[in-house]
Amino acid sequence: MSGAESEGILETPWSGGTSPYSVSSIKLGMWLFIMSDTLTFSALLISYAYVRMSTPDWPRPFEIWPAIAKSSLMTLVLLSSSLTMVLAVAAAHRGDVKKTVRYLIATIVCGLAFVVIHATEWVTLIHEGATPWTNPWNPSVPLFGGAFFGLTGLHMLHVTIGVVYLGAICWGFKKGKWTAEHVEVSGLYWHFVDLVWMFIFPMLYLLSVNPS
Amino acid sequence: MHASSELDRNHSAGNTKLFLMVWGWLLLLTALEIFLAYERVEVHLMITILVGLSLIKSALIVAYFMHLKFERLGLFLTIVPATVFCICMMLLVFFPDSLRLTHLPQY
Repeated sequence: MSGAESEGILETPWSGGTSPYSVSSIKLGMWLFIMSDTLTFSALLISYAYVRMSTPDWPRPFEIWPAIAKSSLMTLVLLSSSLTMVLAVAAAHRGDVKKTVRYLIATIVCGLAFVVIHATEWVTLIHEGATPWTNPWNPSVPLFGGAFFGLTGLHMLHVTIGVVYLGAICWGFKKGKWTAEHVEVSGLYWHFVDLVWMFIFPMLYLLSVNPS
Repeated sequence: MHASSELDRNHSAGNTKLFLMVWGWLLLLTALEIFLAYERVEVHLMITILVGLSLIKSALIVAYFMHLKFERLGLFLTIVPATVFCICMMLLVFFPDSLRLTHLPQY
């Protein structure tokens, strides 16, 4: 193998041969992207928390059905898609193409289910009169719609991009075009999207449940 | 190819049983959050509790699902402290101000 040969030549960190992180460039690149995206979502969530805490009459419109039940189901779906994703990565590293593709398709189906349930949830809210600028529950707090649709919308965009990304990886891995490393890196992105939802779900939904 | 033998060894870390266990813990913590949402807790405390639980969940995801626990320490030290530092800076800029606003005397 040429890999082993080059390792033999460049064996010390000082000769430039040993990668300090022992990860491939695409993986390091994805980690750097995730860092920057973490800061984007952090800024949005922190500013939302700022507004939320300084507004005592923030609307609390979410009933158990449909909003909380649906968003809890979405959390379950997204967490399960993370599980199928790690199993896909493990299968890819074993070289089991059939299982990798099957688990990736399961992940994509879960991602699509998330988007569809989320869309129905949005439609319900829009029918009740919520827009990014106004809300029917307490019109004196226009930021409710902005925070809700802005944060969930940006997250939904990430899920949608993730579904397309995983679809491309699944197709390419089956063709032998891409390696297990690519599957793992797409997994990093997918888990990150899941991780962001772990903050958006409690901050946006659970802090606005109807207490009665 | 960039797949050295060390990379292959690293990737064997974690098995289906471990992943299922992490998944179970994540579901459990989510259920706890949903339960807490219906308790009457003051909003500052509620945000702290929910974000605390979510931080535990994200640590589980990053460590096991995103595999960072099994990577080299150098990668962890490059990624996590810098990100946490930046988030803390945001908290130091935004939050004192928000608390100041909510505690302004009413004239």
